[in-house]
Amino acid sequence: MNGLISIYKRELTSYFVTPVAYVFIVIFLFMTGVFTFYLGAFYESNQADLEPFFRFHPWLYLFLIPAISMRLWSDERKSGSIELLMTLPVSITDAVVAKYLAAWTFTAIALILTFPMWITVNYLGEPDNAVILASYIGSLIMAGGFLAIGSCISALTKSQVISFVISVVICFMFILSGFPMVLDLFESWAPQAVIDAIASFSFLTHFTSIKKGVIDMRDVIYFSALITFWLYVNVVIVENKKAD
Amino acid sequence: MSQAIKIKSLSKSFGPIHAVRDVSFDVGHGEVLGFLGPNGAGKSTTMKMITGFLEPTSGTVEVDGHDVLEDALSVKRSIGYLPEGAPAYGEMTVRNFLNFIADIRELRGSTRNQRLNEVIETINIENVIDQTIETLSKGYKRRVGLAQAILHDPNILVLDEPTDGLDPNQKHEVRNLIKKMAKEKAIIISTHILEEVDAVCTRAIIISSGELLFDGTPEQLIAKSEQGDIDHAFRNITMSKTIKS
Repeated sequence: MNGLISIYKRELTSYFVTPVAYVFIVIFLFMTGVFTFYLGAFYESNQADLEPFFRFHPWLYLFLIPAISMRLWSDERKSGSIELLMTLPVSITDAVVAKYLAAWTFTAIALILTFPMWITVNYLGEPDNAVILASYIGSLIMAGGFLAIGSCISALTKSQVISFVISVVICFMFILSGFPMVLDLFESWAPQAVIDAIASFSFLTHFTSIKKGVIDMRDVIYFSALITFWLYVNVVIVENKKAD
Repeated sequence: MSQAIKIKSLSKSFGPIHAVRDVSFDVGHGEVLGFLGPNGAGKSTTMKMITGFLEPTSGTVEVDGHDVLEDALSVKRSIGYLPEGAPAYGEMTVRNFLNFIADIRELRGSTRNQRLNEVIETINIENVIDQTIETLSKGYKRRVGLAQAILHDPNILVLDEPTDGLDPNQKHEVRNLIKKMAKEKAIIISTHILEEVDAVCTRAIIISSGELLFDGTPEQLIAKSEQGDIDHAFRNITMSKTIKS
């Protein structure tokens, strides 16, 4: 536990001693604004809710989360600091979880900084703040899903670029699997159960219900299982590739 | 002299390459073991197995009575390790980096401050303490690596080329430091500099192509040469092996 906390603290502060954190947060806030007001037609919809804001989160995360996660392990392997880390008295599982939690906390900070959005909508009308809170929680959990994939992939390679590209592709597949264009491919021949299974793997399917303000246990279990799975694979990869 | 490190028929292969073959030796407290050999001889690989970074293909390593495979965390607690090239987190300042190591090594309260001050003073890194590690010269990076390794005052030190990249004065300081710590610790250092063996080591081991070729005192090593020259003795031992195989 001590090792986990030490690494968590080190990782989290390391975001803020380099420009990474500031660049990320500024771009994240800028992009959420652009998406909400232009693509999401926040004003034109004349509704006091943050649906146009949350609607684009999966797409923002698709590129921004791999940008955070790409260096988690690849950098450690490239610089050789993994040898230092792995010979300190800390288990691989603790190290993986600590790095992951630090990255997730960082994402949470970026998400919290979108609060002017919430102030705006409360100033303009009377939104259902319970729905907004649920949406925020849902968005954070979904970010955790993306991050677990990204963290795992970053352990596969020493190159941050490769890590980024592969993570984006895998995250993209997880988003797309709920889309009609993918499901239509299966519709004509696959049994309904298969189609449901594919659709149920989609981040969008699960995020859509959370976005409506309903935190269903099934969605929470889905994301928890997904995160656990990818982090478990992450541990296995670090174990096997640490010295390569 | 109790045995701090016990290595029994240790082997490591990477696919078809045998990096270390059937190496056995012990190191006791109070000993400074010089680990010699040409590049690629398997020195670093052996050190990585002792510190639990690499798993041996076969054979066992026991550190302070703990098996490195069964009780890796205890082994890692009792060892201070300077990996090859002294890797560290470049974006951190020296102070923050050492604080992180102190955190993870569970140094607390007054012991912590005392150890930090002591190490910063003995390693002589006071003047770069608030610089980020990536801006440091090679010699200072190496010293930070050394500081990190001795911070928790471990019983056992494994130092992979501790004087590489240091200027002659710094080399002298590091050698003195090793000699000073030698009394109660078991220390393994790897080096290319043969004079170092004579200067600090109580025992020398030569490995080449993963095999142990010599194990004895520096005096015995020098005796291997007709001219009484340690370089010559090293060549004799490592070259004859190459010719044979």
